[in-house]
Amino acid sequence: MQLSSLTVGKQAVVKTVLDASPQDMIARRLRDIGFVAGEPVSVVAQGPLGGEPMLVQVGYTRFALRRAEAARVRVTPSSI
Amino acid sequence: MNRSANSLNIALVGNPNCGKTALFNRLTGSRQKVANYAGVTVERKEGQFTLPSGQHVQVLDLPGAYSLAATSPDEAITRDVCLGRLEGHARPDLIVCVADATNLRLHLRFVLELQQIGVPMVLALNMVDAAAKRNIIIDRNKLSYALGIPVVETVAVKHDGAAALIAALDGTLPAPPQPLAENSDLHTMVRDLLATSVSVPRRTAEIDDAIDRWVLHPVWGLLILAVTMFLMFQAVFAWAVPFQDGIEVVVGWLSGVVGNMLPTGPLRSLLVEGVIAGVGSVLVFLPQILLLFLFILVLEESGYLPRAAFLLDRFMVGAGLSGRAFIPLLSSFACAIPGIMATRTIQDPRDRLVTILVAPLTTCSARLPVYALLIGAFIPDRSVWGPIKLQGLVLFALYLAGIVSVLAVAYAIKRFSRSQSEHPLLLELPSYRLPHPRDIFIGLVERAQIFLRRVGGIILALSILLWFIASYPTPPASWTAPAIDYSFAGRIGHALAVVFAPIGFSWQICIALVPGLAAREVAVSGLATVYAVAGAGTEGAANALSPILATQWSLPTALSLLAWYVYAPQCISTLAIIKRETNGWKMVAVAAGYLTLLAYGAAWVTYHVAQALV
Repeated sequence: MQLSSLTVGKQAVVKTVLDASPQDMIARRLRDIGFVAGEPVSVVAQGPLGGEPMLVQVGYTRFALRRAEAARVRVTPSSI
Repeated sequence: MNRSANSLNIALVGNPNCGKTALFNRLTGSRQKVANYAGVTVERKEGQFTLPSGQHVQVLDLPGAYSLAATSPDEAITRDVCLGRLEGHARPDLIVCVADATNLRLHLRFVLELQQIGVPMVLALNMVDAAAKRNIIIDRNKLSYALGIPVVETVAVKHDGAAALIAALDGTLPAPPQPLAENSDLHTMVRDLLATSVSVPRRTAEIDDAIDRWVLHPVWGLLILAVTMFLMFQAVFAWAVPFQDGIEVVVGWLSGVVGNMLPTGPLRSLLVEGVIAGVGSVLVFLPQILLLFLFILVLEESGYLPRAAFLLDRFMVGAGLSGRAFIPLLSSFACAIPGIMATRTIQDPRDRLVTILVAPLTTCSARLPVYALLIGAFIPDRSVWGPIKLQGLVLFALYLAGIVSVLAVAYAIKRFSRSQSEHPLLLELPSYRLPHPRDIFIGLVERAQIFLRRVGGIILALSILLWFIASYPTPPASWTAPAIDYSFAGRIGHALAVVFAPIGFSWQICIALVPGLAAREVAVSGLATVYAVAGAGTEGAANALSPILATQWSLPTALSLLAWYVYAPQCISTLAIIKRETNGWKMVAVAAGYLTLLAYGAAWVTYHVAQALV
């Protein structure tokens, strides 16, 4: 599933980051900051309007991502 | 550049939020210089210090970067300096890679990436005190062995916090690290390093989670933000008063001393009415600007500002801005110049440009003197409801008009530009930190210098010019009208009055508008000069101006001038900074043009509506 569909508080593991276009710098940056296969992620909070942006915990760091950015990240929900 | 034969050139490199600048402040103290990299708008911070051995060290504080695959001008500078590609910059002799000891999963990847460069490196594990508090245990020796570079612990905010780093720099430089194998998977290597050398009981600080539950809450979070902003502006206006009074006393005293020392004549007139009155009327705003920056710096250092950007992002996207624009726009309430400079943190070029264009619409503190003067003169000091005064309400409405205009103009640009590309947010929310007084102080001094340089340069020059055109040529003895009518200023004012008559401006206002175009606050001293020289008042002091205006202007004229000042005129310094930040005149023309049009339109509507009602 897409990271953008993960509900707040649920844990997941990154599968991959897909390029939305050729030479997708946003996807590249997502990989650089830790969105790589096997990395645990979770959605910590959502913005006050339309759940946008979302606050994602990856590694020890929290990043605010818009849904379009988070949609590039494919995750597998953890079964707990 | 700046390289003397026997000094060691080092560069501080690291992720954003690694505490690099605090470490830089710790190493260099006040011996630092802030400038720009040639041709780009990235701030260049350089400092120096001396090692115990007497070795002189030049330190470059490079902009924070996540990766050498740069996505912003800041990151490109960091990449180019590290690789020795930037013209006029020797490649550093040594890179001090700064990593937040509590955030090694992210920061170690960049350390590994930097190892590929082949420059001697030292890893500074910063904020080890915060790591210890969270029971994060780092085996420094293992880490150093695995990375093949010296690893030292630093606490940038502690007195002796950089001692280990200084000791590591003193002596022979370490050998450059071995380059990693081609196509190494840096993330896997980081995981291995963490597994062998670092123990982290909990991924986040409990205190961060607890604070964020409130601060990022959809309802409470917005409420906290609103209250914070409200208290900030209240404090800025209330706390600045004693300091402003003090400055006024000093300026008045100085003008008295100079006035008594010199005989009546052109020199005395120039110094007292031109230089002291002109510069003094602007200097009065230094306390407010510094207080506003004090709050912004504290909010920034504590980690709160990115949270505010998170909360407001969706609202600002709706208006065609980005949540990241919140910080530059907030700074613009003090002054558009540092605000526009702060847009450098917006990576997306289109978002950055829109923010630059709308930043002059926020009510900067230079407009305050104009607002304060006119409100004091024309709005009755009466209570509307309990402690709420009509004058305060009008001031609030003017601020609100500025904010609404920011959103409306940004929205209009969004509607008319055809850009369909995606503008990412990708904003890190760092751990909360207690701001260190030293870092706040250094930041404030930097801001004060920018402001004073402006007062010393452009505003001083304009005050003298204004005094000159208001005093010369002197009328012949047969001239019966006020002397200023005969001067250059009078003639310019009368010529401009034709253009501005439809919005109710008298020729005196037009004269004050000319220097007001150059620097907004000078309009007040401009009016003071015009009326003082014109003989309507005895002293050039601005507080004597209020009753004069109240008798000479109609209410619609005053309201029209207020409306004019919500939008324009932009000050020359703002236009200069737009040119520098956008590298061209096009955006300068766009900004100046649209602001003047809006100003004229708003003033016209205000004037005619007010005339119909009064």
